[in-house]
Amino acid sequence: MSDKITLEIDGRSCKAALGEMIIAVADREGIAIPRFCYHPKLSVAANCRMCLVEAEQGGRPFPKPVPACATPVADGMKVQTRSHKALEAQRGTMEFLLINHPLDCPICDQGGECELQDVSMGYGEDISRFSERKRVVQDEDLGPLIATEMTRCIHCTRCVRFGAEIAGVRELGATGRGEEMRIGTFTAQTVQHELSGNIIDLCPVGALTSKPYRFSARAWELTERDSISPHDSVGANLQLHVRRNQVLRVHPRPNEAVNETWISDRDRFSYQGLNAAERLDQPMVKRNGVWHDIDWTSALKLAADGLRAVEGDTIGCLVSPRATLEEQFLLQKLLRALGSGHIDSRLRQQDFRGDASDPQRPWLGVSIAELEQQKALVLIGSDLRAEQPLLAHRIRKAALAGAQVSVFNYFNVELTHPHQSFTAPPGCLLVELAALAAALELRGSSDAVRELIGLAKPEDAHHALAQQLRAARNDGNGLILLGALAEADPDYTLIKALAEAIAIGSGVRLGYLPSAANSTGAALAGALPHRAPAGEVLETPGLNAREMLTSPRRAYLLWDIDPAADVLDPALAQVALSDAQLVVACSSFRTPALEQHAHLLLPISAFAETSGTFVNAEGRWQGFQGAVAPPGEARPGWKLLRVLGNLLELEGFAYDSARELRTELETLCANSSFDNSARALRPALKVPDIDQQLMRVGQVPIYASDMLTRHAAALQHTPLGESIAVHLHPEQAGELGFAHGERVSIRQGDATATATVVITDSVPKGCARIPAAVPGSETLGAQIGPVALTKARG
Amino acid sequence: MSFRTAPLTVARDADKSSLFTDDIRAAIDREIAKYPPEWKQSAVMPTLTLVQDANGGSLTRELMDAVAAYLDMPAMSVYEVASFYGMYDLEPVGRHKVCVCNSISCMLNGSEELIDHVRERYGVAPGETSEDGRFTLKEFECLGACKDAPAVLIDKVYHECLTPAALDKLIDVLD
Repeated sequence: MSDKITLEIDGRSCKAALGEMIIAVADREGIAIPRFCYHPKLSVAANCRMCLVEAEQGGRPFPKPVPACATPVADGMKVQTRSHKALEAQRGTMEFLLINHPLDCPICDQGGECELQDVSMGYGEDISRFSERKRVVQDEDLGPLIATEMTRCIHCTRCVRFGAEIAGVRELGATGRGEEMRIGTFTAQTVQHELSGNIIDLCPVGALTSKPYRFSARAWELTERDSISPHDSVGANLQLHVRRNQVLRVHPRPNEAVNETWISDRDRFSYQGLNAAERLDQPMVKRNGVWHDIDWTSALKLAADGLRAVEGDTIGCLVSPRATLEEQFLLQKLLRALGSGHIDSRLRQQDFRGDASDPQRPWLGVSIAELEQQKALVLIGSDLRAEQPLLAHRIRKAALAGAQVSVFNYFNVELTHPHQSFTAPPGCLLVELAALAAALELRGSSDAVRELIGLAKPEDAHHALAQQLRAARNDGNGLILLGALAEADPDYTLIKALAEAIAIGSGVRLGYLPSAANSTGAALAGALPHRAPAGEVLETPGLNAREMLTSPRRAYLLWDIDPAADVLDPALAQVALSDAQLVVACSSFRTPALEQHAHLLLPISAFAETSGTFVNAEGRWQGFQGAVAPPGEARPGWKLLRVLGNLLELEGFAYDSARELRTELETLCANSSFDNSARALRPALKVPDIDQQLMRVGQVPIYASDMLTRHAAALQHTPLGESIAVHLHPEQAGELGFAHGERVSIRQGDATATATVVITDSVPKGCARIPAAVPGSETLGAQIGPVALTKARG
Repeated sequence: MSFRTAPLTVARDADKSSLFTDDIRAAIDREIAKYPPEWKQSAVMPTLTLVQDANGGSLTRELMDAVAAYLDMPAMSVYEVASFYGMYDLEPVGRHKVCVCNSISCMLNGSEELIDHVRERYGVAPGETSEDGRFTLKEFECLGACKDAPAVLIDKVYHECLTPAALDKLIDVLD
């Protein structure tokens, strides 16, 4: 405790560390000091002057009140936050701040939860001495997410510092001087960072508010319900604000270990999808090509009879990796009790040759907070900011603290920190990885890896990276991460084999960036063809997601997925479904593809409407309760499965509550630890032909990741709401004879679509980036695979 | 980490040799050399001055973006600097700038009289340019010449203890 000092705040003796600011110590002690610009996660600006306090050191008072946010504590310091002098200073500041504030609280969305309003209740005067004209600031359109009323701005600059320090993109700034100063983008651009919604929370006044929520409720009308984000594998802790059975907005719930105090815009605004017109709220059956509403009893009977009528082995189940642990568990129980082992949640994977040797329960490899401490990070096949916005933020923190970040990807990803890119089309990326292995002087444990290493010609960059990895090994702070795009690669197994060889050879850790909220949980629930509950290895696995479609089943059970968007190869999936005798789709949304291919639609609850558990990337179990009732006849998924199980007279479906289910799972998984080491030697594989065949790379844009997000209108209207296009390298476009903006037809085997050409040097030669899961991509083939482009006719 | 203690560098691969002219680039490089290499952006003010002078006395959005690209800094930071300081103009200006100091000492010594005089005689209010494009009148914050108030800065030369008649003489010789 030698580095601790003692000071006195309002007569109370407090312990503090050297270098801490008075306000941080007071906050810890529960002593309230008013403030606007100070925020524990941002740098100290000390420009609002609201936190002025009186202080003395060694019996000598400071000549003037000091800002508590910018005055470091010292041993023996005495601070008065409520003395006459301090209060006088705070009142004075308050009067100045209110001079130009419009005081339009009755029509302001922030009214009732406004820091300025609260503090002015405590320190403001009843009347204003200011009789001159107030300044008026012209508003700016920051896009579909953030509403502005810049006249209310008090220039705390929290939003500006957020952009510079957290997001890493200076979108907002303070231009002009004195009375002319204003916060804005200066160039009238839309704010487009994927974490930008956090400035709504940061703004202490009503200058920045949520646009989708605007004018819909007052803070005191809302009930707060805790929840967990259903999108990426962070499982951000959320607070849903509910009124009359409707989620009206979403706020972050601070949890330092998971999301700190931030959430991504996807977490914040996807709730809009809950109220979309496309919600499925009634069981429906298709008779002679026409959809009819039916009641639950008949619907469940139809489903049970239909499933009973086919042989167990001919049923396949594709389950969303965003389904809760409970839903995934019951689904696999149902399937396996019917005699089918064909259940998979890895819907965006095509290479399953590694299943037998894969780690038993893969995970991130470190805790989320530990990401910040890494010294060397290698990302393989990941559009990081789109896939995992909050993990990207942790990695940014590591990079700013000096970590070396390297990215092996099929196209250049824009990161907001220094990093090194190794960009190559699919196939060639293997050689890039092999070059790193060669630089590490690895020989490789299998023929394929050896052959690749033989092909590789390591350059200076590879040697430098090898050096960084070796250096990071010494303090155990090196990490190689495999992302969602690597998972979609036709040679994912080879990528894994190379990554494992590099990790072992350089002595750093290997981790997976699970793509969705419950991808890690799927192994525990047993929602994989080769894993039983608790992640137990099944020696005779069922068919995987790809095989279920290439050797079509007679009946399919789809769980909360859109076959035109949520699978690797929508064209293949739709062909397989159209030939099936029975397609039962349990879904929270109606989509054109579901209406075309399903025979029975069962409405299930979406995020916020059911209780359940998600297991995040670091293996943390996070349970949540339903906050609102599902619309119409929709029911929580686990209840639907319980009834279906009982109707089919299967054992083990007698649950009274979700709690009971969770307890059973907890007991089952009590000894299931995560581990990323391969269970067995990787199989002998053929090295793919690394020629210059044009390959499609279809990344899933951030706001196309799942059905809920795709139905959130505001997110779709942001600049990140990508639509289909063919992104080509200038030379590639030149060889093919395409101009920018030209319409081309895309052909992947029998699958076709048309799109516009975008010429960009962020894509390497040999690669065509054509996003997946966006409108227009429903008829295309595998996310990563050979593609042919021709000029569109007409 | 604060962006006050660490530069928020935006690395750009863009070809910098296409920005500005050889002479301006050489002049900027001399300014950059005065600071530690990672604090290239410290040269933003002299750079803006050089670029503004070469562009007939004012800056444009494109020029500010080019400065940002050349100094590897966020464009927003350049806009902030350029919009803060009085000596940068973001709108086109006349051939000369007549900047009348209107801070306390000059105001007490008759700077408002100077401004009114220019308004009446030439029909140019602060912020406006004369019809013949000869000069732009600017109301300036403290020029730091309080000892000899009122002070007027014409282009880059200080003129002190001015009367309306003395100012007329100065304006009349502008081309």
